[in-house]
Amino acid sequence: MAPAILAPGARAQRGWEPMRPVQFIIPAGTGGGADQMARVIQGIVSKHGLMKQPMVVVNKAGGAGAEGFLEAKGARGNPHMLVITLSNLFATPLATGVPFNWKDLTPVTMMALDEFVLWVKADSPWKTVADVIAAAKDQRLKLGGTGSKQEDQIIAAAITKSSGAPFTYVPFRGGGEVAVQLVGGHIDATVNNPIEAVTHWRSGALRPLCVFDDKRLAGTEKMTDTQSWSDIPTCKEQGLDVDYLMLRGIFMPAGVKPEQVAFYEGLMAKVRETPEWKELIQQGAFNTTTLTGDAFRAWLTKEDERHKTLMQEAGFLAQPS
Amino acid sequence: MEEIGLLMQGFAVALQPDNMLLMLIGVVLGVLIGVLPGLGGANGIAILLPLTFAMPPVSAVIMLSCIYWGALFGGAITSILFNIPGEPWSVATTFDGYPMAQQGRAGEALTAAFTSSFVGAFVAVVMITFVAPVIAGFALRFGPPEFFAVMFLSFASFVGMAKGSPLKSLAAMMLGFLLAAVGMDTVTGQLRMTFGSSEMIRGFDFLVAVIGLFGISEILCSIEDGLSFKGQKAKIDLKVVLRTWKEMPKHALLAARSAIIGVWMGITPAGATPASFMSYGVARKMSKDPAGFGHGKIEGVIAPETAAHAAGTSALLPMLTLGVPGSPTAAVLLGGLIMWGLQPGPMLFVEQKEFVWGLIASMYLGNIAGLLVVLVAVPWFAAILRVPFPIIAALILTVCAIGAYTVSNAEFDIVLMLIFGVVGYVMKKLDYPLAPLVLALVLGDRTEEAFRQSLLVSEGSMGIFFHNWLSGGIMAAGIALLAWPLLGWLRGVIASGMGRARAA
Repeated sequence: MAPAILAPGARAQRGWEPMRPVQFIIPAGTGGGADQMARVIQGIVSKHGLMKQPMVVVNKAGGAGAEGFLEAKGARGNPHMLVITLSNLFATPLATGVPFNWKDLTPVTMMALDEFVLWVKADSPWKTVADVIAAAKDQRLKLGGTGSKQEDQIIAAAITKSSGAPFTYVPFRGGGEVAVQLVGGHIDATVNNPIEAVTHWRSGALRPLCVFDDKRLAGTEKMTDTQSWSDIPTCKEQGLDVDYLMLRGIFMPAGVKPEQVAFYEGLMAKVRETPEWKELIQQGAFNTTTLTGDAFRAWLTKEDERHKTLMQEAGFLAQPS
Repeated sequence: MEEIGLLMQGFAVALQPDNMLLMLIGVVLGVLIGVLPGLGGANGIAILLPLTFAMPPVSAVIMLSCIYWGALFGGAITSILFNIPGEPWSVATTFDGYPMAQQGRAGEALTAAFTSSFVGAFVAVVMITFVAPVIAGFALRFGPPEFFAVMFLSFASFVGMAKGSPLKSLAAMMLGFLLAAVGMDTVTGQLRMTFGSSEMIRGFDFLVAVIGLFGISEILCSIEDGLSFKGQKAKIDLKVVLRTWKEMPKHALLAARSAIIGVWMGITPAGATPASFMSYGVARKMSKDPAGFGHGKIEGVIAPETAAHAAGTSALLPMLTLGVPGSPTAAVLLGGLIMWGLQPGPMLFVEQKEFVWGLIASMYLGNIAGLLVVLVAVPWFAAILRVPFPIIAALILTVCAIGAYTVSNAEFDIVLMLIFGVVGYVMKKLDYPLAPLVLALVLGDRTEEAFRQSLLVSEGSMGIFFHNWLSGGIMAAGIALLAWPLLGWLRGVIASGMGRARAA
């Protein structure tokens, strides 16, 4: 009996731990970037035994993620729920008017930032950003992206605002589909995340023109015969003043205790130390910035404001009904 | 023939004893998952995926693809026995499978379903083995207009197959489109018809609707008919398998046609659900006895099952070669590949030969293992119908409720399921066909999306649907199918007109 009596004391020393299975909500569909990352995290946690309780991944994609966010908002004080977020954390409530804001959640940690790259077909005549801008002014190119009034279309609108070149934005369901539509020549350009298009780049079907970040990507390993991630110029270098990064962060419902937040902060820090995580980061050419606590909150506040401005300029805000 | 050598290597990997064991475990788990409606292949694989992370990638994917096979086989069981399709592509199987079970021919229907699934999947695997590189590129030709054309063809081949009043079919189909439109509109990013309710944001999930429309309403009807299952008198033993097999060669042509439809729909990548509907519609149109469909014709089981599995299998091809999942299940498998450090896409076939051919070899073996497992179990499955109705009805209701809940972990969906049950019951009593409603609900939003994407690309011109031979050809085929009954009617009018002229 002695171990059973000792156990609560031991637990108290190590701080709070989940007592039930932890539900991990993905406010997006299966197969997308957030889904991939959440499933990798789940895999790492179970493979390395980082948590005693299992982690259960649930997709709540309805209403561009509103379903998942509203569920988390309604689960106030529940320490057995995590949410992974993408830009729809800001964009969905702004575009649809769903009553939700990131302040309805408790920020835990920023895992990474996802980059965006301007892609065209490898056999297209456009070799630089200037070529694309000129062509778009001439004949209005078709730019494909994931979802409507979300990150991809926000970037498209920002390109138009900065360069004056109009694009016809064609929304699709997921990043993988967008990349294949470009390879098939049904659209002219995309702003796919690196991980969504990397395999087509390596097979020689796509050409990256610029990355929407203020510095170049980190990877120096050759991805094709001649190019590595770091060889892709930034859009600013190419004369297009647009930068955009997408949050891959972990949140909890509001009203949870600090020791509970601390547990998940620690858990995710351990996740980031594993070789599987490093593999994912390298494959997807993620920006490895991580933030927690007040710095993370400050970043979120700034980003929320920025989305409001960007979306207002593009006319994407929901009309109050 | 480099492929043969690689495939043999793959067999050597897949035939190692521990991999064989994983295969068996996978198939049994898969069948269990497939039997529970709502749990489905995608959820099942998602739950079991973490188990496989400790294994080498080849073993892991062998086990997962066997779960996938098992789930594909298992989906047919509840469709035939209880009129509850466990997966979207099993809906067409209920049209004739369930009447067969009611006539005491459940064993026959199950055997036919399993065997034709096997045939369909086998044809698709052979295709993947030998022509993968050639065909993989074909999926690239499918932009929004081509995709819409395929959807149009599915609807066209299905129209007129409903019994009874065409106006009632049309009304049911329109109701399906209406329900499909609820929720997020991908093209504008706006919520539609949610009336400010957060429960409505999800829209109407197909499975919840189908469990209610088919399963619950069937229980209501059975209660009205005096609390009994009609199929319970059936004599059941393993001989039914052999008896049915003796019949099968007669339908070889039908199976071949259905397999071709399936493979084609799988790589396009429209998927298994439209494939099963289209194949059923075409089988009915080409049959000498179209009126017999829907009343327990074995062809009505063979056609959709063959096509669905051919499509389900060939849908793995775009996943491996292009990184685009052809189905939700394939999407979860895709996540698994990334976890094992494999990046799906064109480079996979070049850089990970051992993995790819191990997977393909496991498709052959898993399919055979799956067939053996389910065939041996046919008598037991069919024997479920002998359980007294009050007991089995309670069990079915429970399983339905769990299924509806599992789709998106929402209690509200159980309420929706019950509402759909009542709607289904009323529609049956008033002779409104359920099939067009379900078809429109499953394919409605993808069709609408493809249509609007096309018009965005063409800046509003309808000519885009005929802009090349591919989409133009498919559209023309669809229009011809739609016009078929009209032509028959015209011929009748002309013939009778000539007759009258001659008489005069």
